[in-house]
Amino acid sequence: MRIGLFVPCYIDAFFPAVGIATLELLERFGHEVVYPRDQTCCGQPMANSGFNAECAATEALFVRNFSGFDYIVAPSGSCVHHVRDNFDAIEQTPQVTEVRKRTYEIVEFLHDIQKVEALPWARFPHRVGLHNSCGTLRGLRHATASELHEPFFSKPLDLLSKVADIEFVTPARPDECCGFGGTFSVFEEVVSTKMGYDKVSDHASAGAEYIVSADTSCLMHQKGCAERIGVHMKFIHIAQILNGASS
Amino acid sequence: MSNPVGQAGDRHAMLHPELRAEHDGDAIIRNGQRLDHAEGASTPLHSQPEKQPRGARIHGSRPVDQAEAAARFIAAPQHEKMHDERLWDLRQKRDREMHGIPEWEELRSLASAIKEHTLTRLDQYLEQFEANARSNGITVHWARDAAEHNRIVHGILKDHGAKSLIKSKSMLTEECGFRAYMASVGIEVIETDLGERIQQLDNEDPSHVVVPAVHKLRTDVAEVFSKTLGTDPENSDVHYLAEAQRDATRPLILAADAGMTGCNFAVAETGTFVVCTNEGNADLSANVPKLHIASIGIEKVIPRLEHLAVFVRLLSRSALGSPMTQYTSHFRGPRVGGETHIVLVDNGRSERLGLSEFWTSLKCIRCGACMNTCPVYRRSGGLSYGATYSGPIGLIIDPTFNAKKYSNLPFASSLNGSCTNVCPVKINIHEQIYAWRRELVRRHEVPMAKKAAMKAAGELLSHPAAYRAAIDVADAALAHLPRFVIYNGLNAWGKHREVPHPPPQTFHSWHQANRGGAS
Repeated sequence: MRIGLFVPCYIDAFFPAVGIATLELLERFGHEVVYPRDQTCCGQPMANSGFNAECAATEALFVRNFSGFDYIVAPSGSCVHHVRDNFDAIEQTPQVTEVRKRTYEIVEFLHDIQKVEALPWARFPHRVGLHNSCGTLRGLRHATASELHEPFFSKPLDLLSKVADIEFVTPARPDECCGFGGTFSVFEEVVSTKMGYDKVSDHASAGAEYIVSADTSCLMHQKGCAERIGVHMKFIHIAQILNGASS
Repeated sequence: MSNPVGQAGDRHAMLHPELRAEHDGDAIIRNGQRLDHAEGASTPLHSQPEKQPRGARIHGSRPVDQAEAAARFIAAPQHEKMHDERLWDLRQKRDREMHGIPEWEELRSLASAIKEHTLTRLDQYLEQFEANARSNGITVHWARDAAEHNRIVHGILKDHGAKSLIKSKSMLTEECGFRAYMASVGIEVIETDLGERIQQLDNEDPSHVVVPAVHKLRTDVAEVFSKTLGTDPENSDVHYLAEAQRDATRPLILAADAGMTGCNFAVAETGTFVVCTNEGNADLSANVPKLHIASIGIEKVIPRLEHLAVFVRLLSRSALGSPMTQYTSHFRGPRVGGETHIVLVDNGRSERLGLSEFWTSLKCIRCGACMNTCPVYRRSGGLSYGATYSGPIGLIIDPTFNAKKYSNLPFASSLNGSCTNVCPVKINIHEQIYAWRRELVRRHEVPMAKKAAMKAAGELLSHPAAYRAAIDVADAALAHLPRFVIYNGLNAWGKHREVPHPPPQTFHSWHQANRGGAS
């Protein structure tokens, strides 16, 4: 398949390894992965703050960059949630709706479309705590949310359980928000960072060496919080583990 | 300071014999203390009680700064920790109850559908309720707004020569500023809900729709009672405090001229109304004096008695994680020699019903589950919202009362969506929070600086060349600038957390070097 790789702005600038892992992982499954070089952002930062008109041009650019692919894949749950569920600042032409519905977050692409059965190259001999971001958990429905009465399922755990030697720990509040919340992280920074401190402390108490997530933005926030309060914790994107990173 | 920390045995011995369970397997022990919503959760950890952080500073209709008040709450770590843990405990109890009901999700859908049906035929059901209530011997009044409600109730009291009024907790009367109005006309109001009474004595609003004093440590209550009821300021034992309050308030209840309640559900087919409490205080308010007045929001009506069963199964499970409220009291009409009055209050509800994106907020049954689960609310305290309704449901209701004053509230959310998942009537709360942000921008109720920043971001992110240059500058800046330039008051990201470490190259330049950059 011909896949358009969307590498959101903060991943491009601060976490290139996440973009590289995503690209390599898709290539391992034999896909032609194209990185449109004029890409910037999905528009979420403005839309999330209520400024829908201000994100129209960015959304239009996204559609120009990503039209014509079989799928568009990104290593960021919240961006994909925006594209799929809130991307309405521009006229909903067939071209726009086509791009929106073909946009997938990497975990759901591997689980639902690729239907991955084995990851023979992946081994991660560490104790990890899984952070299901709110965008993936309650937006994209990666997994059972603890608030709902429904049978258990978890796409990220399905994939991670195919990784050799990985060990999981469960924090006391597995799906409590970590406090990133997009622009919330700066407009309400005291509450946001308190939530982050609590999140990384909870994983540390559970014995995690790593926090793994499908949302780099949450990890960026949690890393900043952990470093500030001196919690020793490592952070890694799920695509890196699935692609065979060993640490 | 009454009792030392970490001695669960002593704590157990202090419990009233009736409260001591032989097999107390369900009790949650933290730091050696039994954690239970009703008592004991707030034992202070230090010998010097931490001062209670107060709520948002109100300046007329100027926008309430929720973030500022939340920061002060977080700066009081004993309060913040107790508040977070106590409410999280309610959320966990709610989850346990939910797992005991196989048809839980069907119940939620049913409750939501009943509310939708009723709200879309509200006029018919209200008139049916009114007619049936009248035939039961109840006097029915209609109030367009808070002021009319207060005048009507005052009128009824005046007609009966009533000078004192006992009342049970009612968020509607909070909405109406009822106590302040009664004070201005010289009528004494005594709250009969313990939490609400604490808040009344402290001259503070309720911070939660179900547990109004949940933000207070018991040392805070000891301080309030020592000043208002004359208790020993050093004694914060919950049973001592509860007993002192009971001794002080019971005579006032027995001597009151009139009683007032709110209403949880008004049943159209029977003309009856139902009040749910855990303390039985609504029954005192309704049954001790001969005059009973009930304030009822017009959205409280449900069509038939059979529908009540759906809501009663959901209400207390969602609110406190208990199967039922201790009291579910049905009121049909006046007793012999007594009078029952109902005031049906609109106060903005009809207008809200006309808002296409927000009308379903009227389904709310005020269980508080969205507050208990909200990670922002638990760390901010309900008073930080500076409004009658706090937490997620407050974010979507408060702006309908005053869009300017409450313009910051919809931004006090990480949009995590947990509120929507716990809501027993399936209000899409977090989607409405998102929609309110758009609405407030449309109404120009968002600060100019934020607008300018978002406009600039939109410009940058839609121009690839300018964007690329900015990314390179940002990485270079973080790599080379001294710490004090990055971590200063202007960088909200860096005040309480580290900024990301810039990598040797961006993904973009890696791709250029390793995949030839073709596309």
